[in-house]
Amino acid sequence: MSAAFDEKVHNTLADANLQLAIYRATGRLIDHRKHAVAAAALPDYQELRTAANALKRHTIDHLDHYLEQFEANVAAHGGKVVYCQDATEVADFVLGLAKQRGAHLIVKSKSMTTEEIDLNERLEHHQLESVETDLGEYILQLAHQRPYHIVAPALHLTRYDVGDLFARTLGVANETVPEKQTLIARAVLRQKFLAADIGITGANFLLADSGAVLIVENEGNARLTTSAPKIHIAVAGIEKVIPRAQDLAVFLKLLGRSATGQALTVYTSFLSGPRRAGEIDGPEEFYVVLLDNGRTRLLADRAKRESLYCIRCGACLNHCPVYRKIGGHSFPWVYSGPIGAIITPQFLGIEHEPSLPFASSLCGACAEVCPVKIDIPKVLLDLRAEAKRNEERKGVNRLERLAFRMWAWVMCHPRIYEMAAMVAAGVAPRGNGKWLRSAPAVMNLPPVRAWLSQRDLPPAPAASFRELWRKR
Amino acid sequence: MSREAILNKVRTALGRTAGQGIAEPPPVRLRVAEVNAETRLANLLRAVEALAGKTRRAATAEDARAYVGAVLDGRSAVASNAPFLRECGIVDLAGVQSGFTDAAALRAICATANVGITSADYALADTGTLVLLASPAEARLVSLLPPVHIAVVPAERVLSGLDELFTILPDPAAETSSMVLITGPSRTADIEQILVRGVHGPGEIHVVVVG
Repeated sequence: MSAAFDEKVHNTLADANLQLAIYRATGRLIDHRKHAVAAAALPDYQELRTAANALKRHTIDHLDHYLEQFEANVAAHGGKVVYCQDATEVADFVLGLAKQRGAHLIVKSKSMTTEEIDLNERLEHHQLESVETDLGEYILQLAHQRPYHIVAPALHLTRYDVGDLFARTLGVANETVPEKQTLIARAVLRQKFLAADIGITGANFLLADSGAVLIVENEGNARLTTSAPKIHIAVAGIEKVIPRAQDLAVFLKLLGRSATGQALTVYTSFLSGPRRAGEIDGPEEFYVVLLDNGRTRLLADRAKRESLYCIRCGACLNHCPVYRKIGGHSFPWVYSGPIGAIITPQFLGIEHEPSLPFASSLCGACAEVCPVKIDIPKVLLDLRAEAKRNEERKGVNRLERLAFRMWAWVMCHPRIYEMAAMVAAGVAPRGNGKWLRSAPAVMNLPPVRAWLSQRDLPPAPAASFRELWRKR
Repeated sequence: MSREAILNKVRTALGRTAGQGIAEPPPVRLRVAEVNAETRLANLLRAVEALAGKTRRAATAEDARAYVGAVLDGRSAVASNAPFLRECGIVDLAGVQSGFTDAAALRAICATANVGITSADYALADTGTLVLLASPAEARLVSLLPPVHIAVVPAERVLSGLDELFTILPDPAAETSSMVLITGPSRTADIEQILVRGVHGPGEIHVVVVG
């Protein structure tokens, strides 16, 4: 485990308020989902999961075809698709367009993809004001923090934190009632919406047959972002495309229920191109940025390709016993929880945080709740194997590998195993399980110290299992 | 150019060549439930109310007009250009402005009006959802900027759910640049998971079904 990861995990575990906040929020989301996908509410839930998985598999396996189809249909409705390989290309495109149109103010709705490329920071570096408008994201932007959770970005902050933050950054009275805090944000952001030149959103789905982007949300900020300014730019990963508008009947039933337990989120916007002749309002220009940023690297690996099926519902975070203890900010990148543990090393390269795939108990809860049936534990195991192969190549941890090879050899030879066990049991002191800790010099060996920091070696029993068995 | 670079990387990763055909996609999965009209209406009203929306089953256009008048109670309102609102006489109610075709004028009135009144192209019974397609009759901002939204929907426009919507509207992009599904009042739970209504969109929603 890297020192930074280790430190963040320990800080989170030591913070009782934070532990309670994470537990409560994820617990509530677990509960909401449970009711929403129960047989009484959604009898064909399992069939829908199977259908969603098949649709994603088909689309990802023929991604080039669907990207080109999507692009042609966006153009047919008067919009434009812009392909970008990385963060710099997205920022350059937005900056170039802003300059051409004399734009200064950008409103943004929640988008993990733009978090991934630090778009706000890049735009603000060039004197463009870029304002997050989802309440949680707005709070985080004022606090200069990144999202704690894919769907509940500010779940780690209390209303008192928000009261202090608004008072400090907006110069308003310190309000601690969420209704009043929401009204403060609404008033500030309403002015931004009405003055903004450009609206930037993410996309939950890209419809290849329609050339449309689909955005789900609850607050209305994405609707305002795509309705008020003259220019709408949607930024989406290339994996977001699905074949047909009609496939939404499958995906929409799963997304809201898995995320927050809602049958549908409050607003579901299906947007294809700029305002048409006769339509009264809406943007005059419509762009879809298709971002690679490491996705094609992942695509090349047939076994792990299914990581790209993710629809970002966040259910795997809520149900993960590890996420529920170590929280979102312990993870090295914007994507946290089980899905973060599998896509971070694949987007950024496994060297980025090689210990990440190991931070899991492989309990399988994530795979059980995943609406598109990604086998996350299997991908984690593949990534562990990859990380170990890398270590082997680099020649690190030779001692560990030697020890395991010896262990394997002993385990394959029952008589030697029995002798070794007898010797070990004879040497070991009885009683208190912490005996190894008090042995001279043992704690000075780094691997032993790391091992013992979390566990004890139990004392040897008076008789081994084999001895007991023979006596029967 | 990035377009070619990305498409080439995708094709290489998948072992495909440019212009190569594709396998048959999984079949469209639409299961339209057979629900009789009365049950459908009852489901719609119940679902809207479960989301803290208000409902009215209006037997006649006159009844709908009276309900909207009572909700307005003298407050200012902007109504969309939907012919159905005119048929119901709602655009003639005191304080209601309608007939905007200019974006700037419409935005100005929507930003100050207390109530926005629209019709809906469809309503989805099982989720309590309004479906609005942008057109000369329906602007986007009327159901979005004012703090209260009233939707007046003909009963025959009530569908069972998403599957029926996508069965009768397989290609929404052919009709409009914007189709929005509205399911209850605007809400958030971003601060301590405490539910607050009326964040950026209307915090109060009325669904009036006529007929």
